[in-house]
Amino acid sequence: MSTLSRRRGRLSPYLLILPGGLWLLLFFAVPIFQLGVTSLYDPSGSLEQGYAMTWAFGNYADALSQYWPHFVRSLVYAGIATVLCLLLGYPLAYAIAQKSGRWKNLMLVCVIAPFFTSFLVRTLAWKTILSDNGALVGFLRDVHLLDASGRLLATPIAVVLGLTYNFLPFMVLPLYANLDRLDGRLLEAANDLYASPARAFAKVTLPLSMPGLVAGTLLTFIPAAGDYINAELLGTPNEYMIGNVIDSAFLVRLDYPQAAALSFILMAAILAIVFVYIKRAGTDEVV
Amino acid sequence: MKGALAVAAGGTLAACGTEGTKQSEASCVSDDLSSTEKKLAFSNWPQYMDVDEKDESKRPTLEAFQSSTGIQVTYTEDVNDNDEFFGKVRNQLANCQSTGRDIFVLTDWMAGRVIRLGWIQKLDKAAIPNVQANLLPSLRGRSFDSGDEHAVPWQSGLSGIAYNGAVTGEVRTVDELLTRADLKGKVTCLTEMRDTMGLLLLSNGHDPNKFTEAQFDDALEKLKRAVASGQIRRFTGNDYAPDLAKGDIAACIAWSGDVLQLTAENEKIQFVAPDSGVMLWSDNMLVPNKATHKANAEKLMNYYYEPAVAAELAAYVNYICPVQGAQEEITKIDPELATNPLIFPDAATLGRTKAFMALDEAQERTYTQKFQQAIGS
Repeated sequence: MSTLSRRRGRLSPYLLILPGGLWLLLFFAVPIFQLGVTSLYDPSGSLEQGYAMTWAFGNYADALSQYWPHFVRSLVYAGIATVLCLLLGYPLAYAIAQKSGRWKNLMLVCVIAPFFTSFLVRTLAWKTILSDNGALVGFLRDVHLLDASGRLLATPIAVVLGLTYNFLPFMVLPLYANLDRLDGRLLEAANDLYASPARAFAKVTLPLSMPGLVAGTLLTFIPAAGDYINAELLGTPNEYMIGNVIDSAFLVRLDYPQAAALSFILMAAILAIVFVYIKRAGTDEVV
Repeated sequence: MKGALAVAAGGTLAACGTEGTKQSEASCVSDDLSSTEKKLAFSNWPQYMDVDEKDESKRPTLEAFQSSTGIQVTYTEDVNDNDEFFGKVRNQLANCQSTGRDIFVLTDWMAGRVIRLGWIQKLDKAAIPNVQANLLPSLRGRSFDSGDEHAVPWQSGLSGIAYNGAVTGEVRTVDELLTRADLKGKVTCLTEMRDTMGLLLLSNGHDPNKFTEAQFDDALEKLKRAVASGQIRRFTGNDYAPDLAKGDIAACIAWSGDVLQLTAENEKIQFVAPDSGVMLWSDNMLVPNKATHKANAEKLMNYYYEPAVAAELAAYVNYICPVQGAQEEITKIDPELATNPLIFPDAATLGRTKAFMALDEAQERTYTQKFQQAIGS
């Protein structure tokens, strides 16, 4: 009896992993393997004729040499959007967590509410906001921040603004969860020891919120780098990101090996950036 | 578990490359259960079916078909984009599996591709006498389906130029569209290569139905210059319509039916068929392999080729009606529509229309590659 229960005890972690593990195996590991294999197919094959497996590592070099500007652009846009999200999101999360009192739940709902509509609809709404004949552009023209024929839509600014807007909740929520647990007594202690509010923030709040900050920046940067809807709807061909290229390679050009190679390069680039970032941020425990 | 094994097996198979995806009548046989199952699954583009003015969930012509034949039609508007839809069904059709659809509607060139791949069932001509009798002569024997055995046009349309008169003066030619200074940054072209490149080839005096690679490259150069100079703002699907209405776009390459609907709301928005020529295209009903209600599908095709039914549909949809005799019928509904050259083009307009030539796989690949690069991806 006792051996049986002990055995069951030893098995239980595996049983707990099983459903999630199977799910990941089926819907992540197998497709990733297939994608990896596809990226090495002979690029001269086609859907109609089939593809031969030739370990064509050259696909990676070709993809990179042809589309490196799109990679750079994706990382730059996603980087700027992440910084903007942080600048907007940190004070907001702090206010909700520490200062909102009975409005806390309502404010949280307001942050999440945009998710009730589709990503696409939210992005299309920005087309109206930034429209050449809209109030915003009209105002900017009146104060001469834009010249008479200037526009916001179909510019890099529009794409970055769209990314910032769409991914802001991913920054706010982890920061909120973290700042909500901030122990007010630590700030009082800092205060008692004559720390200025700025110094208390720099020495107490900011370091303690690092896990939330790192999680927030990652959750913002990673999907933003792979996004293509914002560039497609708010940009021009000159703002297309790597997601647009992958979309076109998979669906329009039907160049599956190149599409797969591009996807892997993007994954590798993001992984590399994330690793360096986490090392620097020194909070391995959050990942 | 069986699924997991199958997927894993697929993974190992993929490691040695993939087979071609062509099917043939011999390699992929479909059963027809129409005699016992009064059902039909029909996938179409959005806003391509007449709806009741008072109750948009009602579709008068389709409901009349259901009550007269007893066939239950599941009508789904899930074709938004040819390429995207191809991506949706290609795995099933390549492996001779059912897509769960008995009819889907694709544009000429994509219809040509799936027919070329052997993914479409041959129709029984005896079962569609109305189509035999009433299909417009200019839509017969098209190069991608020369025997008219697979594809039946649902609606046709023109690709030309549209402009918003509130923002700019009339735009008559493709060259004006691509170079006129007052249009800078306010022009869009279509992501559909056949439409955009067809019009550009025509503007260079070349025939989209018969062109050389050098001529294509010439036209593409022209497009690239317009992208580089900032003349062209974006490449779009249907989404140019709201931008044109708002005036963010002054002029664009557009589809006739969309523009007709915009004109109805704002007369300043006009469709122009450039003198150099316009592109004519159709969206075609196709019965994919393993669809199990082919006879029911043929009944529906036959039904929509009755002139009275076609007229009712055309009065709502505003694209070119491919059915002869519908023009006489539509006068009973709205005489103005009967004389609208964008719904019932006269011989002169039809004479200026061109279709894009059918491409084989290698050509399709080369040209698509070049075009996609020019439009930024």
